[in-house]
Amino acid sequence: MFDTALTLADLGFLAQGAVMTLAVTAVSVLAGTILGVVFGVLRNQLGTYWSLPITFLLDIFRSVPLLIQLVLGNALQSIMKLGWAPFTTSCVVLSLYTAAYCTEIVRGGISAVPATTRRAARSLGMTWWQDMRYIVAPLATRVSLPAWIGLTLGVMKDSALVLWLGLIELLRASQILVTRLQEPLFILLICGAIYFIISFPIARLGGYLEKRWSND
Amino acid sequence: MIEIENVRKSFGQLEVLKGINLTVQKGEVLTIIGGSGSGKSTLLTCINGLETIDAGRIVVDGTDVHAKGTDLNKLRRKLGIVFQQFNAFPHLTVLENVMLAPVKVLGQSKAEAEAMAVKQLTHVGLGDKLKVYPSRMSGGQQQRMAIARALAMSPAYMLFDEVTSALDPQLVGEVLDTLRMLASEGMTMICVTHEMKFAREVSDRVAFFHKGVMAEIAPPEELFGAPKDPELKTFLAATH
Repeated sequence: MFDTALTLADLGFLAQGAVMTLAVTAVSVLAGTILGVVFGVLRNQLGTYWSLPITFLLDIFRSVPLLIQLVLGNALQSIMKLGWAPFTTSCVVLSLYTAAYCTEIVRGGISAVPATTRRAARSLGMTWWQDMRYIVAPLATRVSLPAWIGLTLGVMKDSALVLWLGLIELLRASQILVTRLQEPLFILLICGAIYFIISFPIARLGGYLEKRWSND
Repeated sequence: MIEIENVRKSFGQLEVLKGINLTVQKGEVLTIIGGSGSGKSTLLTCINGLETIDAGRIVVDGTDVHAKGTDLNKLRRKLGIVFQQFNAFPHLTVLENVMLAPVKVLGQSKAEAEAMAVKQLTHVGLGDKLKVYPSRMSGGQQQRMAIARALAMSPAYMLFDEVTSALDPQLVGEVLDTLRMLASEGMTMICVTHEMKFAREVSDRVAFFHKGVMAEIAPPEELFGAPKDPELKTFLAATH
């Protein structure tokens, strides 16, 4: 009555989970990075004192465990009657979580650009924006890239926690199969392999870009 | 013409410029000498508005640099400045370093900017380094690139802030030669320098700064030959 062997359909089920993991990660990393850049630049421009509210807010997202953030975020959206789907709630919470870390990465990258280099740019008549766009952005990106790749990989693995909101992503899909097939080690091995297959290209992309940028 | 009228500037408690009065005419080469902390570098960064001033006025071709509403980005197009640090843009090739501002700031076409960049780089002896990244060049070459980068904006004035101070001794000569060449071409220049021999050769006038005051200003043969200020005498004795 119950099939206890791994079928092709089960692998398809895992693949669907992987797609969900990728979707949540992609949306959160994209939104989190955009927010992180905005907050990072703001923190740099405003200085320690004036950016205190931003810093405080982001510190909350960095220090409260993600699981609690997800549960509280979900509770909050139902209290406020926003009617968000679990996917939306998950992405919003994960984006803010990503943004909190990304802000620090961006801020660090910007401060790594020597003040004298920026002064030279401004001396050539460049506006603040031109300096940011043509000098600071490319240099800060090079400095920040390894940390940002690390953040992306981290968020992808942390995204497993959205299963608590009922999303069937890779880990949850694996759990369901484990329950049915009673083969935890085997299933988790496959699950881990899929995580690796997703992560590996991202890590390599980082390595490739670092290498390409290092010759100048 | 650059007119500096009674300029004062403090960093916190420390007053680094104590009422400087100075006028630099078109075509003039002025060098500023003096010990460290005498305010000479600060004056240069005040002229192009990188630093604010606390009192007085700096007027460049009729434009009050520190007045409200002065478009500093526009003003800086006519004031080239080269610093002690080479300040190359490390992610751009030599050619791109020089082309960036003419394209983005002056709105020149790529072809126009490239022609100008090649001309200026060839002028400073870097015509064979166009596709090279700055990190592959010596300090002297990077500094000459910085000079070409400033010249590509076709500035009316060039400000040089101790441009040879961070260089290895054997590289100082090539950069000074570039400055000599510019001076002989009639460029209006203000050079802050520790190279006394150079100051003596190229300057129309030499100014000696001491503790935020311009203690003496005179043509080089007079200032070096018959210094009047006692601090200047001490300074010159120490540098020989």
